[in-house]
Amino acid sequence: MTTQQPAVLKNLDEVRAMIRRHKLNDYIFSIIGLIALMVGLLTLLTLFVDLVMDGYPRFNQEFLSNFPSRRAGSAGLLTAWVGSLLVMTVTFVTAVPLGVAAGVYLEEYAPKNWFTDLIEINVSNLAGVPSIIYGLLALGLFVYILDLGQSILTAGLTLALLILPVVIVTTRESIRAIPVSIREGAYAVGATKWQVVSDHILHYSFGGILTGIIIGMARALGETAPVITIGALTFIAFLPPAPVMAEPPFLNFEWLQSGFTVLPIQMFNWLSRPDHAFHTNAAATGAIIIIVTLLMNGTAIWLRYRIRKNIKW
Amino acid sequence: MQFKFAKTLGVAAAVAGLYAAPATVLAAEKIVKIDGSSTVYPITEAVAEEFQISKKGAVKVTVGISGTGGGFKKFCRGETDISGASRPILQKEMDACKEAGIQYIELPVAYDALTVVLNPKNDWAKNITVAELKKMWEPAAQGKVKTWKQVNAAWPDKPLKLFGAGADSGTFDYFTEAIVGKAKSSRGDFTASEDDNVLVQGVSQDVNAIGYFGYAYYEENQDKLKAAAIVEKAGKPAVMPSPQTVMNGTYQPLSRPIFIYVNATAAAFKPEVKEFVNFYLKNAPELVKEVKYIPLPANEYAAVNAHWKALKPGTGFGGVPEVGVKIEELLKRIK
Repeated sequence: MTTQQPAVLKNLDEVRAMIRRHKLNDYIFSIIGLIALMVGLLTLLTLFVDLVMDGYPRFNQEFLSNFPSRRAGSAGLLTAWVGSLLVMTVTFVTAVPLGVAAGVYLEEYAPKNWFTDLIEINVSNLAGVPSIIYGLLALGLFVYILDLGQSILTAGLTLALLILPVVIVTTRESIRAIPVSIREGAYAVGATKWQVVSDHILHYSFGGILTGIIIGMARALGETAPVITIGALTFIAFLPPAPVMAEPPFLNFEWLQSGFTVLPIQMFNWLSRPDHAFHTNAAATGAIIIIVTLLMNGTAIWLRYRIRKNIKW
Repeated sequence: MQFKFAKTLGVAAAVAGLYAAPATVLAAEKIVKIDGSSTVYPITEAVAEEFQISKKGAVKVTVGISGTGGGFKKFCRGETDISGASRPILQKEMDACKEAGIQYIELPVAYDALTVVLNPKNDWAKNITVAELKKMWEPAAQGKVKTWKQVNAAWPDKPLKLFGAGADSGTFDYFTEAIVGKAKSSRGDFTASEDDNVLVQGVSQDVNAIGYFGYAYYEENQDKLKAAAIVEKAGKPAVMPSPQTVMNGTYQPLSRPIFIYVNATAAAFKPEVKEFVNFYLKNAPELVKEVKYIPLPANEYAAVNAHWKALKPGTGFGGVPEVGVKIEELLKRIK
């Protein structure tokens, strides 16, 4: 008896030591993880705080409602943000139907053979192609061959091509996440293929698809290189024709052909000026682009959360 | 939800269909399209801003920055009405314009002083001769001339770090013509950037650096850089770049006129282009100074104005960015 007691206690000590060791390992790992996370977050935060501090004097309503000017103090972003908004609209209207339809087709309809494999590989590779390549393609195809000019339409279509792979890949991934049993259940009660796709597949993958779209749009918003390549303007002190009119037919598509500038180009232009006062404007523009991008990504996360919560299977 | 989504797709398809019908009513709109050199851009931007204010939005002006060469490419395709240029039009560009049937009116609008800049801690090089600059920048120097001592025996044996304009810029063309003697002929092993602020950063952070760019960038960064005085030939005095030395013609060979080229057809048949150029020349003396460039002397502006009024097409350079030509003489050459 007396000899057994210390043995158990000794054993217990060993176990405790082991637990302590493992807990320490856990702790060390969590610290490493935290550091890894912080490297990314702090870099972004430092950049952002730096931009905000540099650009702070220009955060006012005038900055958003003034045309560009040679005087840094009264130069504003009006043409740039309106341009960005219109280009994004074209991008959205083009990339979303094409991307979602392509994703659904590849996942639900396409036969599995070498040809679809080839398409798959290409789509994944396209997502990694440098954006300037899209700019060059657009310059040749849209500007010169199709003669669309250096217009909002050209820029919107170019950025749509750029984010198309992102939309396709996320669409496919969110469709793939739907359990096979859902499809089988629908077929079992006699649904047609289209009914399955429109009532179930699209419905359940909506959150994921939406996330992909918003992340793609946020990327398109910050793109500079392809838009410069197709020849966006740097000084433009008038707005494109308004898309909505008071009289019938109410909608006006002249703005599609208008020249334009976008936020990153305005920032780039200000940054390369000799006058340091313009660098303040550039910093403020940078901060605004980051804020809008964060808002878009935040919306994506929030929407995904909301929509996932309502799905019960 | 699922129906809404399908409906969105339908609406999107309908909107996409509407793209196909291009709006053709744009012809009535008055637009002056300008592109070209980033050096001329600040002046053109200032003029465009004031012009649009004075016209109360009746005429629209757009200004792009494609660089002198890129600007001429668009200009000779007839895509723009006016092209800014920090060097005269080259033979290749003259041919392209001729082929497309485009004639142009060459108008000098201001002077710029290409400034050779040094780090403020550089205590050995104050005056630099053109011969020394040539030794640093000529193609034969590539990989061979690596220290300051190799350029001038009185200078220390320290590495020579070169910063210059990118090969697409008019600044590069002019500097090589003025220093090496042949446009675009330069060594390739230097830090090149189209963005002059990058060059400012580079030179201000390296004691052994030397670089060149337009005067406006030096003027804004005098706290970080110092300019070198240029000796044109042995026996001539060393001259610092400044508005005075450029206007009295002593800052040679690096002071250069900068131009706008106006499409002659547009000048004759588009009243808004004519009006814009009139406005440009009338307000240039004041606006050029405001954006930190060097205005032409009054008699030269008068000559340019007369040249513009006569609508004489052509270039006074014959395709070579000649150095040190007087503007009045230049304009007389265009018959």
